[in-house]
Amino acid sequence: MTRLAIPKTYKLFIGGKFPRSESGRVFEIRSAKGEFLANAAKASRKDARDAVVAARAAGSGWAGATGYNRGQVLYRVAEVLEGRRDQFIAEIVSTEGVSAAAAAAQVDEAVDRWVWYAGWADKYVQVAGNANAVSGPFFNISVPEPTGVVAIVVPQDSSLLGITSAIAPALVSGNTVVVIASERFPLSSIGLAEVLATSDLPGGVVNILTGSPAEIAPWLASHADVNALDLIGAAGLDWIDLEIAAAETLQRVMRPEQGPDIASPSLTRITQFTETKTVWHTKSLI
Amino acid sequence: MTSNNGNTNAGSNSFLDYAPAPESTAILNLKSEYGLFINGEFVDGHGASFTTISPSTEKTIATIAAADASDVDTAVKAARRAFDRSWSTISGRERGKYLFRIARLLQERAREFAVAESLDNGKPIKESRDVDVPLAAAWFFYYAGWADKLDHAGLGANPRALGVAAQVIPWNFPLLMLAWKIAPALAAGNTVVLKPAETTPLTALLFAEVVQQAGLPAGVVNILTGAGATGQALVTHPDVNKVAFTGSTAVGRLIARQIAGTDKRVTLELGGKGANIVFDDAPMDEAIEGIVNGIFFNQGQVCCAGSRLLVQENVHDEVVDRLKARLATLRIGDPLDKNTDIGAINSAAQLERIRTLSQAGEDEGAVRWSAPCDLPENGFWFAPTIFTNVSTSHRIARDEIFGPVLSVLSFRTPTEAIAKANNTPYGLSAGIWSDKGSRVLAVADKLRAGVVWANTFNKFDPASPFGGFKESGYGREGGRHGLAAYLAPAESRSYAAPAMKAAPAVAAAAAVETPMTDADPQTPTKFVRRKGANK
Repeated sequence: MTRLAIPKTYKLFIGGKFPRSESGRVFEIRSAKGEFLANAAKASRKDARDAVVAARAAGSGWAGATGYNRGQVLYRVAEVLEGRRDQFIAEIVSTEGVSAAAAAAQVDEAVDRWVWYAGWADKYVQVAGNANAVSGPFFNISVPEPTGVVAIVVPQDSSLLGITSAIAPALVSGNTVVVIASERFPLSSIGLAEVLATSDLPGGVVNILTGSPAEIAPWLASHADVNALDLIGAAGLDWIDLEIAAAETLQRVMRPEQGPDIASPSLTRITQFTETKTVWHTKSLI
Repeated sequence: MTSNNGNTNAGSNSFLDYAPAPESTAILNLKSEYGLFINGEFVDGHGASFTTISPSTEKTIATIAAADASDVDTAVKAARRAFDRSWSTISGRERGKYLFRIARLLQERAREFAVAESLDNGKPIKESRDVDVPLAAAWFFYYAGWADKLDHAGLGANPRALGVAAQVIPWNFPLLMLAWKIAPALAAGNTVVLKPAETTPLTALLFAEVVQQAGLPAGVVNILTGAGATGQALVTHPDVNKVAFTGSTAVGRLIARQIAGTDKRVTLELGGKGANIVFDDAPMDEAIEGIVNGIFFNQGQVCCAGSRLLVQENVHDEVVDRLKARLATLRIGDPLDKNTDIGAINSAAQLERIRTLSQAGEDEGAVRWSAPCDLPENGFWFAPTIFTNVSTSHRIARDEIFGPVLSVLSFRTPTEAIAKANNTPYGLSAGIWSDKGSRVLAVADKLRAGVVWANTFNKFDPASPFGGFKESGYGREGGRHGLAAYLAPAESRSYAAPAMKAAPAVAAAAAVETPMTDADPQTPTKFVRRKGANK
C-alpha cells in the first residue's frame, strides 16, 4: 500500500509567523504540466499593512545589530538553504518546468549570492563611507545607514534566484523588507521564508506576501511608513502609477529592470537603500 | 539703499548702540534690466518680465526677464549641443581648469557678490561676506579638483556624465545653492540649465558674467530666470537627463511625480524640522551661541535650521533665560550694515507664512516671546521669537516655519530626546550638545537625519556631504557623494522601458495647472497624474 503524501499549506510570512491571508483568499498554484500543487494565500491590503507594521517594528533591532552579526545571520541563511537544496530543486522543476540541472544551478547561485552579500555586511560601510577633510577644527565622517522599510516587487520570472537577489542586498545594511513574491512561482518564496525563519533572522525583518502584485503594490507604494520601493520586478505592472504614488512620501524608488539576470549582484544594490549620515564634532583648540 | 533702516536693539542707551556701518553699494555695477543667459549670451525672454526688489526696503533693484517654455527649450538645446560638441569632448583636466578659474573669479569679485546678495536676499552682509560667497568659491575650488579624478568617485573606472542637468534652486542662499548645483555637475562633465528663485535672481545673473569671464564654452552653463512655471517647464523637459532641486517638500513631491516613468535621475534637497538637543552637561556658553546660530542664522530661512530645541528638563529654564538675554542683544536692521545680526525676511509671502504659523503657536497654547526691538517701517521684518510650552503636536513643532522662530520642548532621558527628535516626517539635520563623547556618538547613531552637528550647528563645507533622510529628500550634495549624484557607472543596469510615455504637450499643460512655488514649503499641490492624463 502506497503512503499518502502530506502536502504543505503555503501561507504568508509576516512578523516571523506564517499566517493565512486575513481575507481568507487563496489562489491555485499549478505545476508547469498543469497539475494542482497548492492553494497559496492571496494577500490583501490588510496583510500588506500588517507586514509594514512588522517590518517597522523589526527595524531598530536589525539596523542596530553589528555588521558582523548581520553577516553571520545572512550566512546562516545560505547554510540552511543549502541543506534544503533538493526540496528547492524539486519545487522549481515542478513549477517552472525546467530541467533538474537548471533548477540546481538556480538554487546553487542563490546560495552563493547569500554568501556574497553576507560578506558585505561588515565591509560596505568602509567602502561607501569616508572621513571628510573640512576646513575647520572638526571631526567629520560620512557613513551609510539603512533607509528603513523597503517594499520590493521581486523579479517575477524566477522562483528562488529573483527573490534572493532582490532582498539579500537590502538586508545587508539593516533595512527590513516587505516582499511581493513572484505571482507565477510563489512556492519557492514561501520555502525561502521557512529557511529565513530558521536562520536566526529576527521576526519581521523579512515579510513575504504571495498573491497579486498588481493588487498589493499600490498599497505599499502609498504607505507612509514605507521608506523605499524597489520595483525591480514590476515591469509588467502599471509601475508609473506606483512611482507617482510613492512620490507622496518621497519614497526612494528603483525602477523595473529587464534582462536575463536582472538583479545581478553588485555593491550598488546595497548602497541604493542606504542614507548617508554626516556627523560633525568639534575639536577643542589645544 | 543703505540709510533707510538703522540698526535697532533693545536698550536705547545700551553699550550696543553702534554707529551705522553700511557697506557701500558703489561696488555694484548693476544693469536696470537683465535677460536670460543662454548659450553664452544674454537674450530677451518670452515670458512676462518681473522685478526683483530689496526685501529690506521694497525698492526695485532691476527688471528680470522670464523664461517661457520656448526659452526653456532653447536653453536645453544649447546645453545639449554644448554637452555633445564641447564639454564632453574635453579632458577632465581642462574641465577642472575652467572650474578653478570660476573659483578665483568669485574670490576676486567676492565683495561685489556679497553686497548684491544682501541687497537682493535681505541677509546680513556679515553672512553673505563670510559664509555665502566664500563657501560658493570653495565649492568650485573643491569640485574643480575632482574633474580629472572621476575614477575615484566610487563608481568604478570611467564613470560617465549624465548629460543635461536641470537645476532649480531656492532663495535662501542664492549664490551658494548655485555653486552646490553647478560645481559638481560641471566637474562630472554635465552641462546645466539653472533656474534661480524668482525673488533672488541677481547673483545668478552676476555669475553668468563670471562664466563669460572664465571663457567657458557657450551653452555649458545657462541661467533662466522666472517663477514656478519656468522651473516646471525645465524639470519636465524631455531632453533633460538629471533634475536637481532644492526647495520645499511640496514642490519636491511634485517633481518626483512628474519625473515618474522617465529615465531622469533626480536629487531632492527639501524641508526640515531639525532638532537641536541640549543635555544638562552641555558646554552652555557654546550651546547658547549654537542655538542662536541654529535658528537665527539667515533669519531662520534655512532648510537645516535647528527649529526645534529639545532641552533636558533640569536646565530648561536656565537655557531659555540665557537665550532671551542673548536674543535681546541681536541687532536687527539694514542687511548691508556690517553690525547687523538679523536681516530682512526674503519676501512678503514668506513673512506672511511666518506670521501665520506663529499665530497658530499662540492659538494652540504655546507661550510666545519676541526679542524687544524696533522693526524698520519698510521691508519685511520679523523679530527673533521663542515659543515655550510647546508640545509635539503643535503646528510650530511639526511644520517647517522657515523663519526666526524657535520652538522649545523638553525631555528627561536620552531615549526620550531621540524619540522626540525623530518624531517628524523630515530628516535633514540635528544637533547634539553634550560634553560626554560616548553619549554624543550614541545619540548621533540613533538620529534619523542626514547631517548631525555635535557641539556645533549650521556648518557647511564642500567636502562634507549634505542631504536628508525621509521626506527631506534624497541624494547628497557635497563631497564625493555629491559628485556621484552627477555620474553613472560605465556599465549601467538595463531598465525596463516605461509602459507608456508622457506626451510633452500634456506635461506642459499640467505645468500651467500646478505652478511650482519654492517660496512656500507647505503649499498643498495638486496631484498631477501624468500617466493618467495621457491615457
